[in-house]
Amino acid sequence: MQAIRLSAYTLTSALGSGLDAHLAALRQQRGGIVKKRWETVDFDVCIGEVAGLDDVQLRPALQHYDCRNNRLAQLALEQDGFVASVQAAVARHGAGRVGVFLGSSTSGILSSEQAYRQRDAQTGALPPGHRYRETHNAYSVADFVRQFFALSGPACVVSTACSSSAKVFGTAQRMLAAGLIDAAIVGGVDTLCLTTIYGFSSLQLVSPKPCRPFDGERDGISVGEGAAYALLERADLAQPGDILCTGIGESSDAYHMSSPHPQGLGARAAMEQALRMAGLQAADIGYINLHGTATPSNDAAEGAAVLSLFGEQTPCSSTKGHTGHTLGAAGGIEAVFSVLALREGLLPGGVGTQQVDAQLPCNYLLQTLEQPLQHVLSNSFGFGGSNCSLVFSRVDA
Amino acid sequence: MSTVTVYLQGLSVLGPGMPDWSAAQPCLLGQQAHVAAAVVLPPAQALPATERRRVGAAVKLSMAVGLAAVADAAADAAQLPNIFSSTGGDCENCHSLLDVLASDERLISPTRFHNSVHNAPAGYWGIATGCTAASTSLCAYDATFAAGLLECATQALSGAQSCLLVSFDTAYPEPLYAQRPIPYPMGVGMVLSPQASAASKARLQLALTQEPATTMQDVGLEQLRLSIPSARSLPLLQLLASGQPGRVVIDYLDDCRLAIEVAA
Repeated sequence: MQAIRLSAYTLTSALGSGLDAHLAALRQQRGGIVKKRWETVDFDVCIGEVAGLDDVQLRPALQHYDCRNNRLAQLALEQDGFVASVQAAVARHGAGRVGVFLGSSTSGILSSEQAYRQRDAQTGALPPGHRYRETHNAYSVADFVRQFFALSGPACVVSTACSSSAKVFGTAQRMLAAGLIDAAIVGGVDTLCLTTIYGFSSLQLVSPKPCRPFDGERDGISVGEGAAYALLERADLAQPGDILCTGIGESSDAYHMSSPHPQGLGARAAMEQALRMAGLQAADIGYINLHGTATPSNDAAEGAAVLSLFGEQTPCSSTKGHTGHTLGAAGGIEAVFSVLALREGLLPGGVGTQQVDAQLPCNYLLQTLEQPLQHVLSNSFGFGGSNCSLVFSRVDA
Repeated sequence: MSTVTVYLQGLSVLGPGMPDWSAAQPCLLGQQAHVAAAVVLPPAQALPATERRRVGAAVKLSMAVGLAAVADAAADAAQLPNIFSSTGGDCENCHSLLDVLASDERLISPTRFHNSVHNAPAGYWGIATGCTAASTSLCAYDATFAAGLLECATQALSGAQSCLLVSFDTAYPEPLYAQRPIPYPMGVGMVLSPQASAASKARLQLALTQEPATTMQDVGLEQLRLSIPSARSLPLLQLLASGQPGRVVIDYLDDCRLAIEVAA
């Protein structure tokens, strides 16, 4: 495939806002998951919460988009000079030639959850201030970001559960290859809400403790929230040291709505396709950022797929022990973790995992390692059997 | 200006007064009065019985439209990468979850929860057809159709193989209906190929434009076009029904619309 260059990137999660906070947390193997009462949830739950969202004020012209998800969207945009990078790209290419493709699973549904509690006792009507289009609708976050930069190019939200913000790299790559755009803002934004906390609890997939990916004692996810963005452009002007997205693999399990294929066939197909598109062999990958949600069945399926394709040697870990599972934002956040790994030669040791599952003899890193990397693979798999693997590569000096 | 060229291999529609493509054509061409009759959604027969019982209007609609487009293209559903585009996914299921979450007990059903993901109809499509190819589920508010068409066309070109588009919208019950009134469910299916073949029905050349969208002369059809996101496709469907070459502009986003040049 035609590789694409990550001209700028940033992320915000329970670990903090911006790249530096995340690099420090990776180096210190510090996690951001805490057990607490959240919103009106009537039990203590381990969550990866982004600090300070209640205090974020949206730009005055965008007030009608106000909700937790778009506050996080704006907070994350304002880190690491990302806004200036986008503005420079708009100046280079024109507002109609910059696309916005973001992933989100639940968008701003928290607004409707709260509005349903305030329905009129007589008529059942929602409170008058409720704005479905700008908050709850899945497209709202891409609409918000498009308005934020006054763009007039293509846009959509990919909503394929936990693979959403990995798959947007594919959407952008195809639009760039077709010549419809010259740059794209991709990424993902997903925030805590009752739907996911109660929903994953109803499936008995939430751990009572901070999650422990690939641990023999793992017993479920910790729901997190976060946002990540990358500015993508064609790779023809890439410089040594730049990071490229060189492979994108997408597949479907066609198996079950909420359980992965037990042998991870769909996961394996996505990884193989990503390698093929990048023109790489399994042995070329220096680190795998696993999907690693820490549910018994997800990690077993992914572990089986990784072992069958890579064997037991390739270093790998899940950063969901750091951030919690940020669902529709996870693919984007872990793409940026992968980029940081490449840039810094930093292989993140897992957080939360004590003893790697003896049934999954992958080279799961319990300690952070520093060594140069050339190619990194990032996995994202979601409900509905939606799989996406991305390969990122560092341009040689 | 960059254009994207693909070939239409299969087409389907299911909407008010349009039970299938052959019934829709005379209405679109003004040869027969269009009456926006209630939409009858067939059960999702392709699903195993246990799954079939769990699915609502969004899955029934998307599956009917998808299967009809694949049949029209004489394609194999298991081989087609697919794009599912919808403004709200399964809106009834979403309402039901919101209702339970607003109650004291908050005992939500695990099935309702896993059906709440926007890609649930695509997930059921995979289970029904055995398709393990890439599947992408999109939302673009009112731009369901144009966003899906662009995604499908660029995917077909990129992967050098035919792809399936399923553009579909259903409505929330009240109270969300008041904020998002979609009067009828409607879906449009297309199979797009990067290469022309003997079975190609038309060549479509897509380009972004700022021109205003083409409107429907028939008042009722224009009303549908404006009130159901997937019905933004109606000017294209009308042109395709005519069998003539021509050009239409389809609504997409503010300041960005999709021009489609149709040729034999």
